[in-house]
Amino acid sequence: MENVDISERSELKGTQMNETTSNTAVLETEFAGLETRDAHAWFGNHHALAGVSLQFPARSVTGLIGPSGCGKSTYLRLLNRMHEFIPNAAMAGEVRLHGQDIYAPGVDPAAMRLKIGMVFQKPNPFPAMTIRENVLSGLRLAHIKVDDEESLLEKCLTRAGLWKEVKDRLNASGGSLSGGQQQRLCIARSLAVEPEVLLMDEPCSALDPGSTLRIEETIKELAEKITVVIVTHNMQQASRVSDYCAFFLTDGGPGYLVEADQTRKMFTTPNDSRTADYVQGKFG
Amino acid sequence: MHVVHSRGDKVFRGIVSAGALTSLILLGLIGAFLLARGIEVFNTSGFKFLTGSNWVAGSEDGVIPNDFSIGPMIVGTAIVSLIAMLFAVPMSMAGALYLEFYAPQNVRRVLVALLDLAAAIPSLIFGLWGVQVFTSFGERWAYFLSDRLGWFPLFSTISDNFGRSPFVAGCVLASLVVPITTSVAREVYSRTPRELVDTCFALGGTKWGAIRTVVIPFGKSGVVGGAMLGLGRALGETIAVYLLLNINFRYTFKILESEGGNVASLIATKFGEATPDEIKALVAAGFVLFILTLTVNMVASAIVTRSTKGAPA
Repeated sequence: MENVDISERSELKGTQMNETTSNTAVLETEFAGLETRDAHAWFGNHHALAGVSLQFPARSVTGLIGPSGCGKSTYLRLLNRMHEFIPNAAMAGEVRLHGQDIYAPGVDPAAMRLKIGMVFQKPNPFPAMTIRENVLSGLRLAHIKVDDEESLLEKCLTRAGLWKEVKDRLNASGGSLSGGQQQRLCIARSLAVEPEVLLMDEPCSALDPGSTLRIEETIKELAEKITVVIVTHNMQQASRVSDYCAFFLTDGGPGYLVEADQTRKMFTTPNDSRTADYVQGKFG
Repeated sequence: MHVVHSRGDKVFRGIVSAGALTSLILLGLIGAFLLARGIEVFNTSGFKFLTGSNWVAGSEDGVIPNDFSIGPMIVGTAIVSLIAMLFAVPMSMAGALYLEFYAPQNVRRVLVALLDLAAAIPSLIFGLWGVQVFTSFGERWAYFLSDRLGWFPLFSTISDNFGRSPFVAGCVLASLVVPITTSVAREVYSRTPRELVDTCFALGGTKWGAIRTVVIPFGKSGVVGGAMLGLGRALGETIAVYLLLNINFRYTFKILESEGGNVASLIATKFGEATPDEIKALVAAGFVLFILTLTVNMVASAIVTRSTKGAPA
């Protein structure tokens, strides 16, 4: 499979891919430390994903795009070992965070997931908890002590764009919020454990257009500080929200990576004609 | 959904409705029979039937009057069942969580099958096991409790005989209740939305963290319902208690002392040699038990239905 490095390909922002750079001009394409090398995934005998090698740029949004069944969600779940919870699921290759293979023996998956958080397709606040408890639940789960929970609470809800709407009812149930607010609550919940990378699996597919736009704004703001990887079916969304895109495809067999580059380039002058056809809506 | 399309449908519908109706009618008839036979006792004794602590079958010439009441038996029923639930509920929760989240696939299959089998074992077998096997362990535990906690009235004892006590009977009842409660709890836990569990992992939680944070709160009302189904069985348990407890008509809250009893075992004990009036009183006691178990079971199934249906989408 083709080995694609977004950072090297990006024409405008330099070619640096490691963190040692001292030049602020290339900071935007600094390597986030998250990469996969020849990653494969199986569900039982079904080979779902083949040979994906990709490096993620830091502090930016990378969209994973492609038609249904191309393995983009599977790929996303490989990145924080959620893949292994599916019965009979298997993987090969490497997923590295700062050079360390997260699938290596001896790696504590729980500690690793503190650095690589995830937001799911459907908003799913913990039903028995208040808004406050939902945001702070990650601290309890991971037994993290924080000196000032109140300011962390405010910070996370603010970053998720929800603070103003809920600051007067932090003790209300998370389920009392609208769908879009619930999803932003879930984002705030992921932020509380201060991940370096946030994975999002079609976070807006269950939401109305207005809520979708709010979440997209939130995602862009998040990317000022952390690395976001988002799976999306929606081409407009990919073009609105992402800085980089990785295009996945399947020819009936396992899904594979076609190409990855700056979103602007992917949507105007991609290297592969299949990418052009897909982003123009000719198939998928 | 209720449109009847053809004759075949009509006939089938008739057959299944008749089946459903029959069991309802049967239940109603049993209740009516118990009430009709026992009503005389309720009329003469009134509320005292439930609170008094005498069980005297009068002589035929009326020199010794009839005096029937089941107060200590009701208290005994409550005590023995409570002890049973105290042991059974945590055991069932732990067992259900193990089966659903920790047991390897093949171990789980075998254990679930065994659990269903255990639920079908007649209580007589549990009673015999209790008398022959468990009593010797139970006595030691009871001795330990009375030795260390004897200053507390509940655990104080007069005699040194710990064998046939409500504590031991409660433990045996617990083993009778565990299969059904575990089975219901496992069912409820297995319906925890996968995404909520995944979220716990994605937040850096461990499996136990996920269980504590979402699975147990989600299954709470279902487990309460399952426990009440088990309680229904414990309340009405006859043979095991009959074999294990010395029936004694005295209010007692000393759970380690060799005396006690429950309503069901009272009926079993007395029925064989009862006078005609005494039989009426026993039937009345049966009616009380009937209402008690029916209520508990109805509440339980309502809770279970609500908790399995009301899962968030």
